[in-house]
Amino acid sequence: MEVIQSGIGQLIQKPDLNAFREWNRQKPKALIDKRMTEAEAIDRFVYDGDYIGTELYGTVRCPMSLVNEVVRQKKKDLRVVGQGVFELDMLLAASLVKGMDITYVGLEVYGVSNVFRREVESGRLETCVEWSNAALAWRFKATAMGVPFVPMRSMLGTDTLKYSAAKVVECPFTGDPICLVPALILDVGLIHVHRADKFGNAQIDGISGFAAEMARACKRVIISAEEIVDTEVFRCHPDRTIIPYYLVDAVVYAPFASHPGEMCYIHVRDEEHIKQWVEASQEPATTQAYLDKYIYGVKNHREYLELVGWERLERLKAMAQGVDNEQPCI
Amino acid sequence: MSNPVSDGYSPTELLVCTAARLMTDNTTAFIGTGIPMLAASLAQRMHAPNLVTIFEFGGTGAIFETLPMAVGGECTFHRAIAAAGICDVMEAAQRGFIEYGFIGGAQIDPYGNLNSTVIGEYYHPKVRLPGSGGGNDVGSFCWRTIAIMRHDRRRFLEKVDFVTTPGYLNGPGAREAAGLPPGTGPYRVVTNLAVLGYHLESKRMLLLATQPGVTVEQVIENTGFELAMADQVEENPPPSAEELYILREQVDKDRLYI
Repeated sequence: MEVIQSGIGQLIQKPDLNAFREWNRQKPKALIDKRMTEAEAIDRFVYDGDYIGTELYGTVRCPMSLVNEVVRQKKKDLRVVGQGVFELDMLLAASLVKGMDITYVGLEVYGVSNVFRREVESGRLETCVEWSNAALAWRFKATAMGVPFVPMRSMLGTDTLKYSAAKVVECPFTGDPICLVPALILDVGLIHVHRADKFGNAQIDGISGFAAEMARACKRVIISAEEIVDTEVFRCHPDRTIIPYYLVDAVVYAPFASHPGEMCYIHVRDEEHIKQWVEASQEPATTQAYLDKYIYGVKNHREYLELVGWERLERLKAMAQGVDNEQPCI
Repeated sequence: MSNPVSDGYSPTELLVCTAARLMTDNTTAFIGTGIPMLAASLAQRMHAPNLVTIFEFGGTGAIFETLPMAVGGECTFHRAIAAAGICDVMEAAQRGFIEYGFIGGAQIDPYGNLNSTVIGEYYHPKVRLPGSGGGNDVGSFCWRTIAIMRHDRRRFLEKVDFVTTPGYLNGPGAREAAGLPPGTGPYRVVTNLAVLGYHLESKRMLLLATQPGVTVEQVIENTGFELAMADQVEENPPPSAEELYILREQVDKDRLYI
């Protein structure tokens, strides 16, 4: 295949699928109780310099209790998948990120991310490589398939492609130019789910984002769950298992772990708290004060929830729509 | 934020009503946060009850009762047809299933190329913006892309600082030559001053209609490149009382956006 164009962005993580196969071969397949605290999970499975990914997105099912612990333990020189709102803001605010495959880092309705701007514009975030949203999801998918790249038909003709590490080739079947994106193998994935068992089997309610693909693209996976349930729940509904236990290294029981984001059918997002962050993140000093209060100033997720206040959390829970039971679901 | 008065309307309300009129019943539309969501909700309650809304993180065919604050929020799949994932949605788009894509950007050029990545030079940006997100994919895959923008000379430029999302690139035939799916591309630009389209041959932006009370001269004045003119430039009708009532009392009754 003739390479027509090569993106000038750095290939941050090389797609070594043979090494990934070897890694997966030695991963334990036994049913082991993997329950532990956030502190233990992050200490054991996240290292300085790691390439990490968070799923889902920003204020929806975001693994905040795990991310906050990464910040608390000051894991540094991280490379990340740049797809985020609140969770990436915390890592960026603490200046822990060195490199990023980015598709979108911002605050959605509240506009650009102030901490992201400061990290890029100051040069502290050394490497940014551009991708589209589909490109990153399909890069996970390539790894999940166990192949070094997938072809795709967006990014073509744009600066997004120019500043990526994608390649454009002449398709050997049609002769048309097509974009190839490399498999992305993560060191660690952090995923928050509705329920898991102690072995790491996991179910998600509502949209699944890119959980299935990302979980299969990671060397290590840490799951946090609103609820820990008996394995019988999975045996009764095996069609609902989105992440099977053998992908998973740690299971953390963490209700409200997506706070101030939302967890569909369980609780809505905490708009006031999000606004508080949007405000705080404007200046370095107030950003630091926020981290001091909500991350460094508490020992763990439970203390964080107490600081936020149970009454407030219950209110967020009461505002959730829940599954619609008024309509006949036959 | 604006304070709409009963006999007037705010610029945001005008954008929402104009965009809603472009959404046709029984079609699929890729919807982003903000104005496209309000417009889709309004269209569903007016003329397009079977508008199939599609959100990039997996929600397909939601019925809006409340407005989402995020593209993955619960409302994006409330009473929906499917709650899938990002690959499912992006692959449907790549297969040609999604008709309209509604997107925004910080800058746009005469060929409809959009920038949402950086202002200034890439390696030393004046402002680092969020990046493509799903924008590039929507602009590549949807049959008809509709950009919603605020209209001024800093945003409507002969050359954008960074082409995040493809319009007609540098002119006729450029999308196909780059390998993008044939027959796709920019269709309309909805702004607070005008509704614009693209010249069939030159693929450059074309003034189709002015917003109520806006002159052609004002549109030209606020555009940083030479604008082609439709044979007859229409004047858009203002938002109707019914549209405004539904928008204020049903679509966004908590005034989250308007």
